Amino acid sequence: MSSNGYLVEVKDLVKYFPVFAGVMRRKVADIKAVDGVSFSIKPGEVLGLVGESGCGKTTVGRCVLRLYEVTSGRIYFQGKDITNLEGEKLRQLRRDMQLIFQDPYASLNPRMTIGEIIGEPLVVHGLAQGKEYKQKVAELLELVELEPRMAERYPHEFSGGQRQRIGIARALATRPRFIVCDEPVSALDVSIQAQIIKLLKQLKDELGLTYLFIAHDLSVVRYISDRVVVMYLGKIAEIASSEELYAKPLHPYTQALLSAVPIPCPEVDRQRKRILLLGDVPSPLFPPSGCRFHTRCRQAKPECKEKEPALREVSNEHWVACHLV
Amino acid sequence: MTETILEVKGLRTYFYIKEGVLRAVDGLSYSVRKGEFVALVGESACGKSVSALSIMRLIPYPPGIIVGGEIIFEGRNLLKLSEQEMRSIRGNRIAMVFQEPMTSLNPVLTIGRQIAESLELHRGMTRENALQEAAKLLKLVGIPDAERRLNDYPYQFSGGMQQRIMIAMALSCSPVLLIADEPTTSVDVTVQAQLMELMNNLRSQFGMSVILITHNLGLVARYADRVNVMYAGRLVESGLTDTIYNQPRHPYTVGLIASVPRLDLPRQRSLYVIPGLPPDLTRLPPNICAFAPRCRFAISKCTEQRPELEQVGDEHYVACFRHEEVPNLMLELECAQ
Repeated sequence: MSSNGYLVEVKDLVKYFPVFAGVMRRKVADIKAVDGVSFSIKPGEVLGLVGESGCGKTTVGRCVLRLYEVTSGRIYFQGKDITNLEGEKLRQLRRDMQLIFQDPYASLNPRMTIGEIIGEPLVVHGLAQGKEYKQKVAELLELVELEPRMAERYPHEFSGGQRQRIGIARALATRPRFIVCDEPVSALDVSIQAQIIKLLKQLKDELGLTYLFIAHDLSVVRYISDRVVVMYLGKIAEIASSEELYAKPLHPYTQALLSAVPIPCPEVDRQRKRILLLGDVPSPLFPPSGCRFHTRCRQAKPECKEKEPALREVSNEHWVACHLV
Repeated sequence: MTETILEVKGLRTYFYIKEGVLRAVDGLSYSVRKGEFVALVGESACGKSVSALSIMRLIPYPPGIIVGGEIIFEGRNLLKLSEQEMRSIRGNRIAMVFQEPMTSLNPVLTIGRQIAESLELHRGMTRENALQEAAKLLKLVGIPDAERRLNDYPYQFSGGMQQRIMIAMALSCSPVLLIADEPTTSVDVTVQAQLMELMNNLRSQFGMSVILITHNLGLVARYADRVNVMYAGRLVESGLTDTIYNQPRHPYTVGLIASVPRLDLPRQRSLYVIPGLPPDLTRLPPNICAFAPRCRFAISKCTEQRPELEQVGDEHYVACFRHEEVPNLMLELECAQ
């Protein structure tokens, strides 16, 4: 553990994806998926990461897990710089950090039994064999509220919610400390979403896990996260505690994002102020100059177009990147 | 009372598949009035989309077939019309917007041609006039630089823009009824807000009725006049929006509303969880309450008989044997938690 007590620290993370074109496949541009992002996660904390499609939230998650090579910036895990870990050391690290995927249909190999899927991490990391292996798979299934006898079955026999439970059990197999949940409930039905959210919360408390919870559904993110990071086009717009962010959003983008979420109660919803944003999110290939949100911001001033706002702390643990705040 | 433009009566749409008979819609009845915004709410595979496709007579046969019921639209039973008569209604009097704009638009035709097609077909316009009208429609749905963009292909538009084009196409013949099947599921929240505002404004502008098929209870609360809640091919509850949200009487509706996190309530509030999974519609016995296996309040009667919709208040209908006790039962459950 590092001296400052963070489990995960991300500093000035940049990830560009090159675009090649023409006969010579020359590099013509970069998709600036993540462009200078810094945040940290305390042990036992759930950090929410929200934003619209293409804002770079999934890329951040994958960089933190070292599934993508970063373009620049540093990633620390338990105080150690893991940005350039390789080989056996990287493999060891993977035991401590796992991923839960969005699509429970695409993330399970249809030719493997549930037991094999959940047990694979145990085999890969040499954590259990023989009787103990079977025992562990059964325990993992019980942990996600499935029956141990289901280990013999194949993914197609399960519903979306059950598949997501299987994905969670697989992520837990190596007893990780940190899990990136990438849109874990967005492909599920409403009644099943609540089941999975509750399960994730329960597992976190029981096993002392830390989550980076990536999602676009702001109500879900608020429900599960202690702090929330709002991203827009590869940059952080705002960071605050869940309570503060939803009670006092400061960035115009956060405000618009929150107001766009209808509340399932007609009386309450009627009284809310609605901010309609203009147009779509611009392409990360050619992000706007200055503040990247200025093209859709109703309050934008000339300086927003020219100067990029820095992320600064405006009150305790509340960070905003906006010239107007 | 304003006039009823659509009345679905005892609709039954079955699919004859390998595993048996899948009763996707099994005795569905509801009506839509002129200018009304009706929401059809339910989870995947509850039959909400199949019921919409049944109205449009777009059920793929085989394996699907409408085995019973009536769909009365402007005084005529759509199920009795010939395919040719149906064609003059589909896309003309009743239009539909689908969930995925990318797969609903033809990728090899320009947007202009695609919008002009229905204008030429239903309104007998020349190609030139139809294209001019198409440009007007694109402007109406908020696509900038409309004339020039008529020559663009679908891939040149973003998801939100494509959905706007779908809406423009649906509106091209000034339909009386617009069926929107999960129109905003594949777009971001800020774009969702834009599209919903657009549809709602167009509804009041043209006096059209809208059936919104969705699982998003927030959107329903914001836009719908009336809510129909579906479960396993049938309505379990129906009523005016405020009634449904304030005094839900079916355990499924109650559970659904309580199971979504809300931005306006304290974060620590514990979420209600509906246990179990939706039933397999090929194996569901026809004479029980389909929700009984997941219902916390089920009694033996629920697995012996199927509850029918009964009126419990002003325009409020519920299909549950214990509907009178449900509010108190919920309260007890909350206290117990």
